[in-house]
Amino acid sequence: MRRATLDVSALPSLVFGARAPIWWGVVGLLLIEGTALALVAAAYLYLRLNFEAWPPPGTPPPRLGAATADLVVLLASVLPMALVDRAARREARRPAWLALLVVIALGAVSLALRIPEFHALGCRWDSHAYGSVVWTTLGMHTAHVLTSTVENVLLAALLLAGPLERKHYVDVHVNALYWYFVAGTWTLVYALVFLGARWL
Amino acid sequence: MSVVAAPDRDGEAHDRAALALTWATPRGLRGWLSTANHKAVATRYVVSAFVFFALAGVLALIMRLQLAWPESRLIGPDLYNQIFTVHGSTMMFLFAVPVMEAMGIYLVPLMIGTRNVAFPRMNAFGYWTYLIGGGLLWIAFLLNVGPDTGWFSYVPLAGPAYAAGKRVDIWAQMITFTEIAALVAGVEIVVTTLKFRCPGMSLNRIPLLVWAMLVMALMVIFAMPAIMIASTMLAMDRLVDTHFFNPAEGGDVLLWQHLFWFFGHPEVYIIFVPATGFVSSLITAFARRPIFGYPAMVLALISTGFLGFGLWVHHMFATGLPQLGESFFTAASMMIAIPSGIQVFCWLATLRSGRIVVRAPLLFALGFIALFVLGGLTGVMVAAVPFDLQAHDTYFVVAHFHYVLVGGAVFPLLGAILFWLPKMTGRMPSESLGRWSFAVLFVGFNLTFFPMHRLGLAGMPRRVYTYLAQTGWAGGNLLASAGAGVMAVGVLLFAANIAWTPGRGTPAGADPWGADTLEWSVPSPPPAYNFVYLPVVESRTPLWTTPTPAVVTGLRTDVPEVLVTDAIDATPDHRHVLDGPSMWPLLTALASGIGVIVAIFTPWGVTLGAVLLLITLTGWFWPRGVPVSDTARERA
Repeated sequence: MRRATLDVSALPSLVFGARAPIWWGVVGLLLIEGTALALVAAAYLYLRLNFEAWPPPGTPPPRLGAATADLVVLLASVLPMALVDRAARREARRPAWLALLVVIALGAVSLALRIPEFHALGCRWDSHAYGSVVWTTLGMHTAHVLTSTVENVLLAALLLAGPLERKHYVDVHVNALYWYFVAGTWTLVYALVFLGARWL
Repeated sequence: MSVVAAPDRDGEAHDRAALALTWATPRGLRGWLSTANHKAVATRYVVSAFVFFALAGVLALIMRLQLAWPESRLIGPDLYNQIFTVHGSTMMFLFAVPVMEAMGIYLVPLMIGTRNVAFPRMNAFGYWTYLIGGGLLWIAFLLNVGPDTGWFSYVPLAGPAYAAGKRVDIWAQMITFTEIAALVAGVEIVVTTLKFRCPGMSLNRIPLLVWAMLVMALMVIFAMPAIMIASTMLAMDRLVDTHFFNPAEGGDVLLWQHLFWFFGHPEVYIIFVPATGFVSSLITAFARRPIFGYPAMVLALISTGFLGFGLWVHHMFATGLPQLGESFFTAASMMIAIPSGIQVFCWLATLRSGRIVVRAPLLFALGFIALFVLGGLTGVMVAAVPFDLQAHDTYFVVAHFHYVLVGGAVFPLLGAILFWLPKMTGRMPSESLGRWSFAVLFVGFNLTFFPMHRLGLAGMPRRVYTYLAQTGWAGGNLLASAGAGVMAVGVLLFAANIAWTPGRGTPAGADPWGADTLEWSVPSPPPAYNFVYLPVVESRTPLWTTPTPAVVTGLRTDVPEVLVTDAIDATPDHRHVLDGPSMWPLLTALASGIGVIVAIFTPWGVTLGAVLLLITLTGWFWPRGVPVSDTARERA
């Protein structure tokens, strides 16, 4: 029996970016998370129409200090994460975890800043619909920073001490994609929750 | 590609044995709980979904029994409210969407020539999450805390002011479970379809069913977040006193309707689009020719996917929206008739120009065309605002959406089950039982739902537990109830056929229908690894054009390795080792289940769930054992 064959044994087994299935999986996750965030933003704008003044009388516009510092921290964290990403693509273990530790430190600062940020909202979630939507939006983003930081810690531990396999570099690489999303969406959440209360 | 001596018979037997060992699921309970094989997970999904279908069907029968006569005292209003809510919620969230995705999870890897889905363990996790959600709803219902505010749980009725107790919270958390499961399956289907197609299966060669599954999965990804956000807001309004839907504090009840229908309308197409894929497969196989107008069919599917997101406001015409908005959504709603019309035309053209072989599955596809055209026509009617205002919340709407959902999705699904049953079980279903079940179901369906058009036009509102004799609705209701009984007989006949097949059906062989797509090239039931050698595809109908295709060699057989290809052209890109069976998906689903169920009672459930999830996800993620990806070949 003679039959045409296509020999794939020489193909690689470690690839990055859009070639890797997990990259598509993470993009799918980001589409879901992004849609959810966009819908919360839509709800914010929809509820705005019910109010004459925004925020409602008795509630001051949120103070900007902590949130603005957070903006600087999260945007700054993109740079070390880009280094993590580059190191992962080169399969360079030590530079990867070194830069990842910097991202984790910045993530921890961002999480610490959340406490003054919630205080800065100047109302409770059960004060009125404005309070409900700003607490929810900020809470949703905080949950993302938290889960992403936990993921960073796990990956750093794996890079530092774990039984590392080559395929884990792809995980480190796509984890960067998730972090970019978390850091990037803060600009939108910041604009909506902290500037929106002044400008809308 | 090179023409060399293909693996000889000894070599092939050796590879087959190695693959069987590598892809095997462990034996016993542990193996059953830990399997990540797409066929095992999908089979469970389909069986579970049909169990929920039967349960919700029993509720429908109880409702029809109650409504058969005016002023019936069989069940009271409170139980009736729970029954129609649990019926609708079960059919939509626990049957229709899961069963369509499950069929995709079973069929897509086989149809595109690969060994499993992209993320096998996530797939198993999705199933367990779904099962917990379904169990939650039904256990609550049996304990008399079933939700009672309708499948779309409108506020303010479902809000804290009017719905005391935990009934609506049960509904909201059931949503959380089923949407997580739906989203997981959606991402699985998208990534599997785009990255795991066998060489040569460029996007313009994938079977229409796979296109339908891809469009459906993408719709899931963009639609389901809306219901998750909405149900979370509802749960928070009820549990921690937020005011999203409370007008007294600046909230808005219409916000609920917008969010719900931004999901709810695409949901209809999420159910319907895969069904059109089944019809295309069935008609191709039984008309013995490639589908007429493949590019038009693909474009129709894609445009349905987009248009499906521009229609949601037509569910809200009765809420007093601005006229400009109403006109826009009327136009969009009527526009969706265009791609649907194109599909119907292509199916009819395929049949007209084919050599038709009439088999029971084809009857279901033909029945679908008739019923769907009727449901589509009433859809165009209710898309017009003046008519909608008259028919809104009447039995006319009940008739319309049952024609669309039962006629447009359940009929093709039943045809698909009969069609692929030989593949799944290795045995042929009974042809005569198949035909009888179709005939009885078709008659019963029309007897049940056609009179409802008339009842709706005569003013009978939805969701009433009884009515007065003077209304003149008794005749139509009795007819509908009798029809429901006939439908039940049809379902039982169908179920008997399914139950009879695995034990007593005649052996099917690989390709009992003479069909065209790759799943028919492997034994029935397919082995765990699907293909001994992944095929190379040269046309849209590989089994008809190249009976002995070229094959892929060089994949490892000692680890669960698959071939990943380019998303557009399916040119071979790299080799990829998939994850095997594991208990962690089940444990993770249980962890999230505990968190979400506790959150019905206290917000600390979220914290508890987060901690449990951290533990289980760490266990899931943390590597153990011998690394498989670092081959000697690569280290060299």
